[in-house]
Amino acid sequence: MLSADNPTMAIKIVERRPLSLAERTYLPQILAGLKVTWDNMVRPPVTLQYPDERPTIPQNYRGVPTLVRDPNGREKCVSCQLCEFVCPPKAIRITPGSITENAENAHVEKAPQEFEINMLRCIYCGLCQEVCPEEAIWLQTQYSMTGTSRDQMVNNKARLYELGGTLPDSHHKWDKKKAEAEKQADGHH
Amino acid sequence: MVTDNKPSLVTLTVDGVEHQVPAGANLVDALGKIGKEVPHYCYHPKLPVAGNCRMCLVELGSPLRDRATNEVILENGKPKIGWQPKPAIACATNVTPGLHVRLNSPTVKACREGVTEMLLLNHPLDCPICDQAGECKLQEFSAEYGRGYSRYVDEKNAKPKHTRLGPRVTLDDERCILCSRCVRFSSEIAKDPVLGFVNRGSFNTLTCFPGRELANNYSLNTVDICPVGALTSTDFRFKMRVWFLKQTPSIDTESSAGANTTVWSREGKIYRITPRQNDAVNDTWMADSGRELYKIVEAPNRVTTATVKQSQVTLDVALEAAKQALQGGKVAIVGSGHQSVEEQWLLARIAQATAATTYVPAHLGKADGLLISEDRTPNFRGALVTQLTTRPADANLNALKADIDAGKVQTLLICREDLADFGLTPSTLAKVRTIVLATHHNTTTAAAEIVIPALTVFERSGTFINCQFRLQSFAQAVPGPTGVVPDTLSLGRLANVEVANLWQAIATSTPTMAGLNGRLLPAEGVQLDSTPWASFSFPESKLLKFAPVARN
Ligand code: SF4
Ligand code: SF4
Ligand code: SF4
Ligand code: FES
Repeated sequence: MLSADNPTMAIKIVERRPLSLAERTYLPQILAGLKVTWDNMVRPPVTLQYPDERPTIPQNYRGVPTLVRDPNGREKCVSCQLCEFVCPPKAIRITPGSITENAENAHVEKAPQEFEINMLRCIYCGLCQEVCPEEAIWLQTQYSMTGTSRDQMVNNKARLYELGGTLPDSHHKWDKKKAEAEKQADGHH
Repeated sequence: MVTDNKPSLVTLTVDGVEHQVPAGANLVDALGKIGKEVPHYCYHPKLPVAGNCRMCLVELGSPLRDRATNEVILENGKPKIGWQPKPAIACATNVTPGLHVRLNSPTVKACREGVTEMLLLNHPLDCPICDQAGECKLQEFSAEYGRGYSRYVDEKNAKPKHTRLGPRVTLDDERCILCSRCVRFSSEIAKDPVLGFVNRGSFNTLTCFPGRELANNYSLNTVDICPVGALTSTDFRFKMRVWFLKQTPSIDTESSAGANTTVWSREGKIYRITPRQNDAVNDTWMADSGRELYKIVEAPNRVTTATVKQSQVTLDVALEAAKQALQGGKVAIVGSGHQSVEEQWLLARIAQATAATTYVPAHLGKADGLLISEDRTPNFRGALVTQLTTRPADANLNALKADIDAGKVQTLLICREDLADFGLTPSTLAKVRTIVLATHHNTTTAAAEIVIPALTVFERSGTFINCQFRLQSFAQAVPGPTGVVPDTLSLGRLANVEVANLWQAIATSTPTMAGLNGRLLPAEGVQLDSTPWASFSFPESKLLKFAPVARN
């Protein structure tokens, strides 16, 4: 064991090998170095001229959280506020609201009046997307958020839908429910 | 015969462990008291038992006895238990000596799973848009006792959604689990039987009788007791998720009944008020009218700054000016049943120091026999106990008016009252120097020389004494407007009293409250001795938990 009384115990003496002739001429090393230089001279450049050039972002990337619509243009968020609850840095702020009686999506009853995500707070963790029972909030490929004031770094509802766009979705759960209710109202139990 | 008011204890054996519980208690409550939850929907401790949801099924048994000798049959030295062949509902069972209960047997578990599965058959599962989510019994018990997946392949029944049941209640029939709590409440407690079920089988639907609506002043209690999100408050609907809300214990200020309440707020904004259980005062109920009182907090006519002669000044300047005015002699004071005990006590000290005549105006209305009494102030008893006044509340202020007209009053200190309601017009008030402590602008503040802003019941803490002489405390739920301080501080300055040890001073100077500390009251309050006022004439008639002292 290495200790103050026995400092030599962990030391292993390695025998130094004498250099070979080729090593003593340094030529192989110089040639190898020249090869690296040459390779780099003829290889196509990899540097991206950001921001003029942009990288391709993979689909599962966790970029800026956004709100999405279903293929019929209905806003999917029902302002359940679960994402607001789960968001670790409290970046999300929702004002819930009712959908007016004669609106096309009146059968959903509830939708956000206002929805704000503060991108100065967001840590791109994706928990909001994970928790959302309506698949309404998605972290998409947008990764660059800039602004000249704090206000500009808060995405409001309109901006979130603009960023989010439409999500291809095959459930249409609310529309199915509406269709069932209409069918039953006609007396086809 | 020995009479003992305490209920005698009996042995209840739960899953093989013996517990002592009060004899005759409802089994759900008795188990709840010893920390064993029996999931239940239709049972409510303050309503008659209906026994229709079947969620509380348990297995019951009792020691077997020999038919011939009536001796307990032993098995391995222990009494042999005869288990009932079928599970029974705990909510319709009262504890009897030697009762044995199984809460965790395979049969009980299967019962709960079965009941949950049946309740969820036609349930819309729309928790994301349901206001009850977070405080929903169906959500909680389904997670805890349900199967976790659905075997149902057919189409769910569609029932009416967002039906208006009355001015304050919205019904979603798809979520209703037909427990009948709301029906029983309406007929038994509110005495306004307007709800009932129509259709049969899985089309069974809760509805209001034709041509009627759920409009009585207790209708929102049905929303509180509905175990699911079927009955929702139209005011609170879709406003905020309950898990964001902070709960603060408070007192309903609309009458001297003093119903206990919980104020639900988030980041300084109040979203709703619900009743808080106090079996000595309001059971688990409160009136609808008291639930809207939070709106006074954000009223546009709030007094937010101190003024002297209509020009804005700092609070210090206003209090100094008020102090000067009070030292001029010929002072009259109008206190209020809306002040807390602490504030009334300080006002009484000011009255003493300035030798002022005091008035406490009466606010009377019609009682409803439940939780709204004739006296529409929460704390007139406080004015008596703190000796702010010794008379019944003043129905009018003619004496004060006459004194002002006769020049016998030079300075008038008014707390939380609008004297225009009592015939003291601005022209009368103009004859004296007026100091007003007020939460909202009114005719009196407009005519006053010095206005000191005050906080509403939601923004300050203190105590009220209700019509039963029960001292109850309320806590601050939200912060007040910037720069507005509690009345106790303002009045403390005027009275030259150090308010840090206010309760010590109150307890030593007030025999009825000797030894009490209003900041450390138990949740259910403290019953004070009312005998000094046994022959006093109070306006209140019978309420839910209050009976006036019979006088002969
Ligand atoms: S990604 Fe994470 S931090 Fe950003 S809004 Fe969603 S939950 Fe909040
Ligand atoms: S985005 Fe999803 S989780 Fe967030 S409020 Fe809307 S529905 Fe709920
Ligand atoms: S509305 Fe609520 S309280 Fe009334 S029967 Fe249905 S579930 Fe029970
Ligand atoms: S709680 Fe016992 S049957 Fe409903």
